[in-house]
Amino acid sequence: MPQKLWREPLDAQKTKLPKAEICIITDLCKGCGFCIEFCPKNVLEQSEQLNKKGKHPPEVTDESSCALCGFCTAICPEFAIFVVEKKGENNVGNEEKE
Amino acid sequence: MGMKKKSRSVLSGVHFLSGDLACAEGAIAAGCRFFGGYPITPATEIAERMARRMPEVEGIYVQMEDEIGAIAAVIGASYAGKKAMTATSGPGFSLMQENIGLAVMTEAPLVIVDIMRGGPSTGQPTMPGQQDVMQAKWGSHGDYEIIALTPSSVQEMFDLTIECFNLSEIYRVPVMLLADEIIGHMWERVEIPPAKEIATINRKKPDVSPNEYLPFKPDQNLVPPMACFGEGYHFHATGLTHDETGTPKTVSIEEQSKLVKRLCEKIRKNVDKIVKVEEVMLEDADVAVLAYGITSRAALSAVRKARSIGIKAGLLRLITIWPFPEKLVANIAQQVQAIIVPEMNCGQLVREVERAAKTTAVSLLSKLGEDPHRPIEIVKALRKVTK
Amino acid sequence: MKEADLMLKHPLAKYLRQERMPHIWCEGCGNGILLNSFLEGLDELKQNLDRIVVVSGIGCIGRAAGYINVDSFHTTHGRAIPFATGVKLANPNLKVVVISGDGDLFAIGGNHFIHAARRNVDIKVICANNFNYGMTGGQYGPTTPLGSWTTTTPYGNIEHPFNLVHLAAASGAVYVARWTTLQVRRLKNSIKKALQKEGFSLVEVISPCPEIFDRYNKLGTAVDVMKWFKLISQVKHGYDPAKAEVAKNKIIVGEFVDIEKPSYGRLLREMTANVQDKLKGEK
Ligand SMILES: Cc1ncc(C[n+]2csc(CCOP(=O)(O)OP(=O)(O)O)c2C)c(N)n1
Ligand code: SF4
Ligand code: SF4
Ligand SMILES: [Mg+2]
Repeated sequence: MPQKLWREPLDAQKTKLPKAEICIITDLCKGCGFCIEFCPKNVLEQSEQLNKKGKHPPEVTDESSCALCGFCTAICPEFAIFVVEKKGENNVGNEEKE
Repeated sequence: MGMKKKSRSVLSGVHFLSGDLACAEGAIAAGCRFFGGYPITPATEIAERMARRMPEVEGIYVQMEDEIGAIAAVIGASYAGKKAMTATSGPGFSLMQENIGLAVMTEAPLVIVDIMRGGPSTGQPTMPGQQDVMQAKWGSHGDYEIIALTPSSVQEMFDLTIECFNLSEIYRVPVMLLADEIIGHMWERVEIPPAKEIATINRKKPDVSPNEYLPFKPDQNLVPPMACFGEGYHFHATGLTHDETGTPKTVSIEEQSKLVKRLCEKIRKNVDKIVKVEEVMLEDADVAVLAYGITSRAALSAVRKARSIGIKAGLLRLITIWPFPEKLVANIAQQVQAIIVPEMNCGQLVREVERAAKTTAVSLLSKLGEDPHRPIEIVKALRKVTK
Repeated sequence: MKEADLMLKHPLAKYLRQERMPHIWCEGCGNGILLNSFLEGLDELKQNLDRIVVVSGIGCIGRAAGYINVDSFHTTHGRAIPFATGVKLANPNLKVVVISGDGDLFAIGGNHFIHAARRNVDIKVICANNFNYGMTGGQYGPTTPLGSWTTTTPYGNIEHPFNLVHLAAASGAVYVARWTTLQVRRLKNSIKKALQKEGFSLVEVISPCPEIFDRYNKLGTAVDVMKWFKLISQVKHGYDPAKAEVAKNKIIVGEFVDIEKPSYGRLLREMTANVQDKLKGEK
């Protein structure tokens, strides 16, 4: 769930939040659950599926609420999850750089 | 220009030096630019000389907290591209053993000088001994081969230290200079040749790009070309059993046997190229003295003396004791009736001699904790076996 | 996208020896987080990878060196620091990092640690402190808390542990920090800082060992241990390291030491330059 802002930023219309693409390399995951537990936006949950290692990798519940903080990327001991900015759509930040 | 610059690394000319000092000068002349040590009698003078001389040749002297640290630093310096050395005596040599195995396993070229004193334990620090002969060969765990040279004069402390560096660079193996307290502390005339007459050899570098480089893939001589840290090869080396890429192979039976056999074979296959001996009056000898290091000096006088009284004696002086020149000793054993082995220990290298000599009688002349053998003692032994 | 291709898209992919992945560490082991933070630090600093050397000793964490795509060396147990000393002195252009364990660095290698810190050799030590010898199956070590259960303290540990940040500070380190594996950002920042500073640095990383130590001590799952880290960590920069003992209810984290002091290598080079000048004068 996106957090409520107590006031609208002045440039809210212009600057859309960059969109996240969460990549999960399911077979690398050892199922520790760090990414799920410590995601500040609760974007991840444990999937029902078993991977090759017999572990339950995370799955994305709502990619649109990902704040691109990258905490899952940084905390994963297996390099099994990472988040990148989605190229293209509504990505003001990216356009400005170019 | 065109002016002759006096080399600071090769002090060409005639000098009066102790064995320890000559060893330090030999190392510098060979290109040694890193010394990691820890003081111990009777090898301390090597460290002291290196501490003074290294900055003069833009090399590094570091006194570590113990000999374990010293050998570890030397392996590190070797992998960082320097010719590196440490010097010690029995107690320190014992402390180094685990990392000598690491140097063998990671094929680090380096030189270890052991100025042998009386052991076991602290033993007799200022007295000579030849008691580390077996430790030099077998001191670390596992199967492996190293090279060990035994100088018998101060001149050889200089010459053989250079040889040690060259062999270590060719075979990527730790090479030991096994001298004893007498040779280390004795002062003699030393002739240091002009720099251009000193042959120095550097490790073979890879001739492939970093992408293609396999750090432990041997060449036809069974020695892998060596990249060093900082050269862009991004390689990994480990004391674990590893394959040619340097990847640990901790449970693979094939990789274990492949690696360990190669580490041994690269020395065994090249024994004839490595081994140096001196043969004196052996052609027609009925009896041979086999000696190395300090005892070979008395052995030489003894053989001459024996000849003067009609005993056809000859001397086989081993300069290389490891790898042991088995074939050579076997050939001599076939020709003579007996071999006498004077050693300053309770009988170490004599076991190798017995193995090689097969049915020929081999007798040990052991001496401990005093002056080395006197020629007359060896002559007596020669008399006894030829009677 | 195939998994293998996806692996290569990971922002840190180029720093890993992909062919050796997955690593050997257990599910939830903090070593992977430490490795991750280190690589991210390298990435952000845009370091020239040809100049980085990673050295490790023996232990679970000791395998880290083999996973990083730079020049790396896996020494014997306890000897990473003197090996690294040799490397750094022999080639001062290299940045030399030691990544190793509490047992490796502070039990068998303890003497090397204090002397390298005293000399102020320019090497960066990152210690995974999991309070035990993980690789050999969970024996007690020099950081095991009093009263803890390990396979060799079946009646509880009766040895007092080292306070690593105090030890490092007292021995002369110029930069000393401690974080848990939960504070990944700050851990990464400390690693970056250590990499940029000249002199001997210690970054202690308090790390879960869910399969062994945490299990014997009934600390729950790896997530539980991380939550516990969160609960009891107190960030206090500049805190007196002598008072920063790790306790059950409190782990002081932060930067404890950040001082300037000439490194051994610098003094060595100055001395050598002086000797060289004198020799030139003699001619
Ligand atoms: C000389 C020597 N003694 C003992 C061992 C066995 N050993 C291997 S790893 C290890 C302990 C490692 O503990 P630590 O450094 O804390 O690393 P961890 O496994 O906890 O990551 C021991 C005792 C060894 N390899 N070498
Ligand atoms: S942090 Fe990594 S290993 Fe742990 S559950 Fe998430 S993806 Fe899997
Ligand atoms: S035993 Fe402990 S330290 Fe070793 S890999 Fe497993 S969790 Fe990590
Ligand atoms: Mg540990």
